[in-house]
Amino acid sequence: MNFFKRTIPLIIAFIMGIMMAFQYYVPHEASQSLLKVVTRWGITIAGFAVFIGAYSLFHLHWNKIKRKVPGWGYSTFVFFGAGITIIFGLYNGGEFFLHDKQEGTMFDWMYFNVQVPAGATMFSILAFFMASAAYRTFRARTSEATILLIAAVIVMLGRVPVGALIWEYLPPIADWIMSVPNMAAKRGILIGVSIGAIATSLRIIFGIERAYLGGGD
Amino acid sequence: MERLLRIDRRIIFAFVAAAVTIPLLIKFDLPVPATKEVRGIYDKIDSLPEGSHVLIAFDYDPASKEELQPMAVALLHHCFKNNIKVVGMTLNPGGTGLADSAITEVGKEYGREYKEDYVFLGYKTGVELVMINMGENIYSAFPKDFSGNATADLPVLKGVQSLQDFDFVVDLASGSSIEAWIAFGKEKYNFDLGAGCTAVIGPDMYPFLQSKQIDGLMSGLKGAAEYETLIERKSSAVAGMSPQSVVHVLVVLFVIFGNFLYFMTGRKK
Amino acid sequence: MYKIFLTFILSILILQYASATTADEAGSLIPPADFQAFDTPNDNAKSVSLRWPSSPSESAAAEYVVYASLRKNTPFITEVLRINSKTMYEEGSDSNFHYVEIKPGKFFNKDSDVTGGRSSYFFKLVMMSNSENVTVNEIASATPKGNWFNWKKLNNFIILITFSALVFWFIEHAKKNPNLYLRKISGLDAIDDALGRATEMGKPVLYVHGLNGMGSISTIAAVNILGRIAIRVAEYDTTLKVSNIDPIVMSVSQEVVKESYLEAGRPDAYVQDNVFMAASEQFPYVAAVSGIMIREKTAANFFMGYFYAESLILAETGASTGAIQIAATDSYTQLPFFITTCDYTLIGEELYAASAYLSREPLLLGSLRAQDIAKGIIISALVIGAALATVGIGFISFLFKAS
Repeated sequence: MNFFKRTIPLIIAFIMGIMMAFQYYVPHEASQSLLKVVTRWGITIAGFAVFIGAYSLFHLHWNKIKRKVPGWGYSTFVFFGAGITIIFGLYNGGEFFLHDKQEGTMFDWMYFNVQVPAGATMFSILAFFMASAAYRTFRARTSEATILLIAAVIVMLGRVPVGALIWEYLPPIADWIMSVPNMAAKRGILIGVSIGAIATSLRIIFGIERAYLGGGD
Repeated sequence: MERLLRIDRRIIFAFVAAAVTIPLLIKFDLPVPATKEVRGIYDKIDSLPEGSHVLIAFDYDPASKEELQPMAVALLHHCFKNNIKVVGMTLNPGGTGLADSAITEVGKEYGREYKEDYVFLGYKTGVELVMINMGENIYSAFPKDFSGNATADLPVLKGVQSLQDFDFVVDLASGSSIEAWIAFGKEKYNFDLGAGCTAVIGPDMYPFLQSKQIDGLMSGLKGAAEYETLIERKSSAVAGMSPQSVVHVLVVLFVIFGNFLYFMTGRKK
Repeated sequence: MYKIFLTFILSILILQYASATTADEAGSLIPPADFQAFDTPNDNAKSVSLRWPSSPSESAAAEYVVYASLRKNTPFITEVLRINSKTMYEEGSDSNFHYVEIKPGKFFNKDSDVTGGRSSYFFKLVMMSNSENVTVNEIASATPKGNWFNWKKLNNFIILITFSALVFWFIEHAKKNPNLYLRKISGLDAIDDALGRATEMGKPVLYVHGLNGMGSISTIAAVNILGRIAIRVAEYDTTLKVSNIDPIVMSVSQEVVKESYLEAGRPDAYVQDNVFMAASEQFPYVAAVSGIMIREKTAANFFMGYFYAESLILAETGASTGAIQIAATDSYTQLPFFITTCDYTLIGEELYAASAYLSREPLLLGSLRAQDIAKGIIISALVIGAALATVGIGFISFLFKAS
């Protein structure tokens, strides 16, 4: 069993890792054809993974409803929402799923009048949480924190039109902060993260890092 | 003062709600001068001759609609006004409806014909994998468009075999797709790339601007407002600048007030 | 009278000369002396390069047009290139040569006239103005071939091999000397305290994966940390809930947690439903996880992986419930939000170092040391390269130039 759970995945990871790493340096048509085949397999596998996720979601909420755990009523909405979306999606304005997607169907109505506003509402919570976090936690406790605060205030004001009305030099200073210190910090973190990513990738390709196979050695 | 430091967060939420709502009711205009980052995209599209092909990737979901949809609409207005052929697609499944509605509504406003002047290819799963596929052969990546028409027969795609044949590609992203477009698209297939993103990931994109891996960047609602100003078509993004400015000032005042209370309570102790 | 006659004769002569000169200027396109076509190096056999020296008669009114054919003796009617004569100069040639890459496959059917399995193409260069066309005598020909190595990426390849060698050398070194120094990472040291707190309070521990899939290095690192946390949680007999947004990450997490419970000797305590997919989209995921935090009053929250705008909503909601929070992300833009709202934050590659830090395995420690050495080399190259570039020596910049 260990051969199938451990050895074969490690061999696949090694062969594919080395092959795709070297593929980057080989412009020949054979290499490009290999890339095309691998990408098509990747898209196919990613598509099938959707079923695993849907099963997990429904299984979890079905168990909650069955056992009537506290809050099981919310779980019924999962099935209700998924159910009517699937029904109207397949109904396709009367043309059913064998024909191309129709315009102005109930499915479109639910998308524009339920999903879009719900998603936008969740995103808009950020504004409130940002203000709350700023008031509670942005403190000039140390000299570094003070510099950070001053920079944050300048950028917050300089990045909106009112900044130019408060002081004409606010927007250029804000731009300088974004283009120089911010970019320097971003580049530093990016270089470190990239080196870390290469090292982790090498560990995975050569079988040193095996956690992705499912725990243990 | 201690009580003010530990104030119920709902009072802060109420202030923010008022700061957003009142400017929308008492309309006032604020000037929105365009920055050079946004000009980069505008100038590039303006320089394209009539009949050029521009690919717009609508890689955002409904949650980011308020920031990115105005960008998309402004871009589409600019392209259709300049008689540029627009090809739309998305790597985000939540974005298909938004992308389709934007491209269709703006196209109709200029009397453009679907399949002749613009097309929406739809959504494909796989992000980087789709980019590589499009880089080799766009028809194999999207054999049919969103409406089910065979892409090989579409007049709007005449002369376009792959990503290299597009005169400009713009990615409107709420996630990390811009970096993927740079690494798996521009680096491999060498085309001009512009980006639009939410304000939160805007700072992430500055290194790519400086290294000229992207020609221009629209960041957040302000980026969209600057583009609307450039195309002389002020709409929802410019209208959003007044509440955004007021909220920014409010947050700054909260920070200053919070620090004032912090130092005062500290001194008392 | 004599003088008038002489002036008249001289005028006629001068006028004739002037008109002759003007006629020369108008019709005096001088074709380039040479015209070459060759396979474009470092490509996939789809491109042919054309190169020719600049002509002294180049102007804004003149154009170069290239016609192609599949046979040398057939008419050259397929136009493959038309450029203004003062454009497309070869880089570094100081405008003395023109260089263009074209894809003949766009203009010709692939299956026609195959020579040895590969089509040869013939090109003719014509210089045109409004009044005149001149053709270069030579017909250039080339057969596009695929290349097995992209020499423009040689520096990249050398860096890859060097860094890989460094990683393996230090792994071997760490096997012989396992006590490599690692600086303290407070966030990782605090994991035990967080789990202990959750056990005392009798409340569950919530582990929140980031939004990226299993292909992302940050997710792999997060899964590593999950394995270590799951062992501790199994030993302390606390409830662990793991939320996922990606089905493949969820499957891997289930396996990892199951193996960890097995390793801790508590396979009976493993509940598969505790490692679940909360939602498949960003903000529904946030809503689901926030709901779990508020309803179940989790005592400890771990945010591990790559996060986007939802990070502040998650962390603020967790903070409002009084949970101890440890975050680890390589998402640069979300770091400020985690730092302000979480008790401990692992920044960038500290997340990748976590598996080495927690396990202290020589193999992992060795690769961590190699990362540090590589960073040191890059920092040195940056400092020295910047100093040299300031005085006009671009050698280091050239070494690191991307293709």
